[in-house]
Amino acid sequence: MAATATAPRTSPVPPVPGERRRSLRKRLVPYGLLAPGGAWLLVLFLFPVGIMAYTSLKSGGLLSGGFRFTWEWGNYVDALTGNRAYFLRSIGYSAIVTTTGLLLAYPLAYWIAFRGGRWKSSLLLLVLLPFFVSFIIRTIQWKFILADDGIVLGPLKDLGILGQSFHVLATPFAVIAGITYNFLPFTTFPLYVALERIDRSLVEAAKDLYASSATAFWRVVFPLSLPGVFAAVILTFVPATGDYINAEILGNPDTTMIGNIIQRKFLVTLDYPEAAALSIVLMIGMVILASIYARILGTEDETVVAGVA
Amino acid sequence: MSATATTAPARARVETRELPPLHRGPRRPARFVLPVYGVLMILYLTSPVFLMILYSFNDIPQERQTLRFWGFTLDWWKNLFDIPGLTAALQHSLAVAIPSALAATALGTLLGLALGRYRFAARGVTNFVIFLAIAVPEIVLGSSLLSLFLTTQAVPLGYWTTLLSHISFSVPFVAVVVRARVQGMDRALEDAAQDLFASPVTAFFKVTLPLIMPGVVAGGLLAFVLSLDDFVITNFVSGSFQTFPIWVYGATRIGLPPQVNVMGTLLFITGLVLALLAAAFQRKRT
Repeated sequence: MAATATAPRTSPVPPVPGERRRSLRKRLVPYGLLAPGGAWLLVLFLFPVGIMAYTSLKSGGLLSGGFRFTWEWGNYVDALTGNRAYFLRSIGYSAIVTTTGLLLAYPLAYWIAFRGGRWKSSLLLLVLLPFFVSFIIRTIQWKFILADDGIVLGPLKDLGILGQSFHVLATPFAVIAGITYNFLPFTTFPLYVALERIDRSLVEAAKDLYASSATAFWRVVFPLSLPGVFAAVILTFVPATGDYINAEILGNPDTTMIGNIIQRKFLVTLDYPEAAALSIVLMIGMVILASIYARILGTEDETVVAGVA
Repeated sequence: MSATATTAPARARVETRELPPLHRGPRRPARFVLPVYGVLMILYLTSPVFLMILYSFNDIPQERQTLRFWGFTLDWWKNLFDIPGLTAALQHSLAVAIPSALAATALGTLLGLALGRYRFAARGVTNFVIFLAIAVPEIVLGSSLLSLFLTTQAVPLGYWTTLLSHISFSVPFVAVVVRARVQGMDRALEDAAQDLFASPVTAFFKVTLPLIMPGVVAGGLLAFVLSLDDFVITNFVSGSFQTFPIWVYGATRIGLPPQVNVMGTLLFITGLVLALLAAAFQRKRT
């Protein structure tokens, strides 16, 4: 480092002795910074996924002397044929959640971004407020809100608007509503970021060219907000597909999702190989989706950063 | 609006025919639709939060949360630590979240610096791995970490496996936040420091670190909050070690003691204060 200090960096042409060594050193700097975190992710993210793939190809049983690695591809066949209904249900629920979430969140994000004015950051904080309460507690509160004689259904039943046997809990509706609620900030935030960075003068220009508000929206604002829509779709769809808490707390056995099956096989019935196979299938599906997304927008797009942070 | 008045007649003169009026601003009734909708949505989003705070004052006869609001009491706030299991779970949560946030901040900051500042061969791959770690569903992370711990048998499921897992899922988030900050930073300042004969190490501590500090703080707080709130991954790797969310989940089967709402409210206030502090800090720095 002393060599660096003696030679001012600004001198343009004369090659300083030791310059090559310095440039090698400089090239190694990012790897030095990368090493600790990279090693951590290698050992505790990539390696575990490898181990899970290895586990998914084992056969045997806990009672018959444990599991042995035998290239048991049958686990995948069993996992897919035996749980097709749960996979399809998860994807179906998640698709409804994502669509509903987008429809609910877009006007909200638009309102804050375009009409928020000086209240913008406060409104945004309110949208993110639920995140400061534990996921579990929020879902339990919904169980109380939606209960058969709770604060919503109780009065409606007393007024005779709904029949006494009407219920929301333990229905697909409750599960879908719960997931939609829990991931709504994830849906809203990337939309907000995308809408916020649209140049307002473009809208003005459209209106100067006799576009109606609706035309200006559909031909200018909406196309420019598409990266945000796409980020919102991924950030909602992926976690919603793997969720099992809402189905557990708000649902019934008929709303079981693939996440519940994986959780049960890993932690209750201890059928590790098949559970691992299911998890791998879920991961591959989601990685393909996420990669398409990364292809389109890149992994460093602002909307992603905003969405996760 | 004044622009309309001046430009429309001007154009009309040139084209000599009557032009349709420009569309400006939503029509009157429509003007109220969006704000009303926005406020309703925010009420919808925040309602469980308010319900939690309200129920923390609910004077219920049996010590389990009920639907009915019986009256106002401070009993649960006064007897916050009356339930040993719940208190222990909260302590466990903090014992995981604090070291996890510190470790993840250190590792994530270095990663964020490397990715935000330098172009190097492994950059694309690293960015993709970080993206994957964030994009993969939590249940996949949880089950793969459980597979690792079960297969290697090096550490029994409990505190340590929970801590290691929490650091793992927090590192990518810190890295992404710091990376964004580093990319928005003016590199000329660092070059200036080096031109003034600061060694790279001095330049880092005197110039770079203060500049990226808001990102580091934000990343660290995010890691702390993520760790406190995590259920899914902890559920897989914690064995019989119970954190706050795990205990609460278990308690729903027998009924929720109202102290849960008190602790939830306290955690909510802590998170909110931390976020506001971070935001104030960020504003001051930029």
